Amino acid sequence: MRNEHLTVETALRREARTAAPGGDRAAAAARRVAERASAEGIAEVTYSPAESPFGELLLAASSRGLLRVAFPEEDVDSVLERIARRISPRIVEAPARMDRARRELDEYFAGGRRAFDLELDWSLVGGRFGRRVLEVASEIPYGGVLSYKEVASDAGSPRGSRAAGNALGSNPIPIVVPCHRVLHSGGGLGGYGGGLHRKRWLLELEGALAPTLPARD
Amino acid sequence: MSEQLPPFQRFLDGHRDVVWRFLVSAVGPSEAEDCFQETFIAALRAYPRLRPDSNPRAWVLTIAQRKALDAHRRRARAALPVADPEAVDGRPQPAPQARDEGLWEAVHALPARQRSAVLLRYMADLPHRDIAEAIGCSEEAARRSLHEGLTRLRKVVVA
Repeated sequence: MRNEHLTVETALRREARTAAPGGDRAAAAARRVAERASAEGIAEVTYSPAESPFGELLLAASSRGLLRVAFPEEDVDSVLERIARRISPRIVEAPARMDRARRELDEYFAGGRRAFDLELDWSLVGGRFGRRVLEVASEIPYGGVLSYKEVASDAGSPRGSRAAGNALGSNPIPIVVPCHRVLHSGGGLGGYGGGLHRKRWLLELEGALAPTLPARD
Repeated sequence: MSEQLPPFQRFLDGHRDVVWRFLVSAVGPSEAEDCFQETFIAALRAYPRLRPDSNPRAWVLTIAQRKALDAHRRRARAALPVADPEAVDGRPQPAPQARDEGLWEAVHALPARQRSAVLLRYMADLPHRDIAEAIGCSEEAARRSLHEGLTRLRKVVVA
């Protein structure tokens, strides 16, 4: 009896391996679940990778708008876990839903777009002052720059340069919210969450800085 | 709060293979896609209520097992054949010749609870405690269903 049971068990285990593998078909079915969940609004956050001159960015959006642009060095899991904690764990990867944001970024990096026409979701911005600082930054036009002091002042805190710098440094939606357009009043570049070489590259792209050596990376 | 739910996409990536395997074996390849969609969409809706310390694999297979039962009932009403070795969507099935048709006919002829116990044990590799949770019975009853299912299969397969 024991052996006969084993025969059936062995046959079932063999079937599990051969007759119904997961693999590509399971992966394709999972992609359809994610796209549908995103399209029908059952998922609260959608993300997708996006190619850029800096490497692969991560874009994440809620139904309200773009939430997050992450640079290639940022750890995808920690970015998503933070969103899960702050907003909702109902997060799926659905590239088709991010087509528009990806296209606008492509156009911007190619030099053909001077302003983004994307809804934004500010949920990941910390504090009211941080939000005001980023709103001020988002109104700096293409090719223009402001100083940290001017941004702090416009955000309602003339002596808050340092706090403004912190808020800009933790901008969850860099590039689209152009915190790279904020410099030291003396002309120094200041800081940048994505690395100073990128801040310089973006400012050169926009014609706000004279081009130096080509440093794409 | 140290424990927190991972992003749903990680949950989907981590369990898609076992759910697919379970559903293909439970309802056949042509209905597996619909059941798979229904399973993970239902899981996504309920996901924020899942306790981070619970067993997510057993949980999603509980949902998959209910969707498979629904499909069985629908098919019983429509009087369609249970065994479904051919792809209805026209895509080639992986190694259909490898299917042990006699065994599958016998599996699908089992009473629902025995069939679920056998599939959850061998296609999804669940331990008895999780099988019990998935089909909503005691662990002892799950062991019994599994044993009875295997005994029936033995009669068919070995005979």
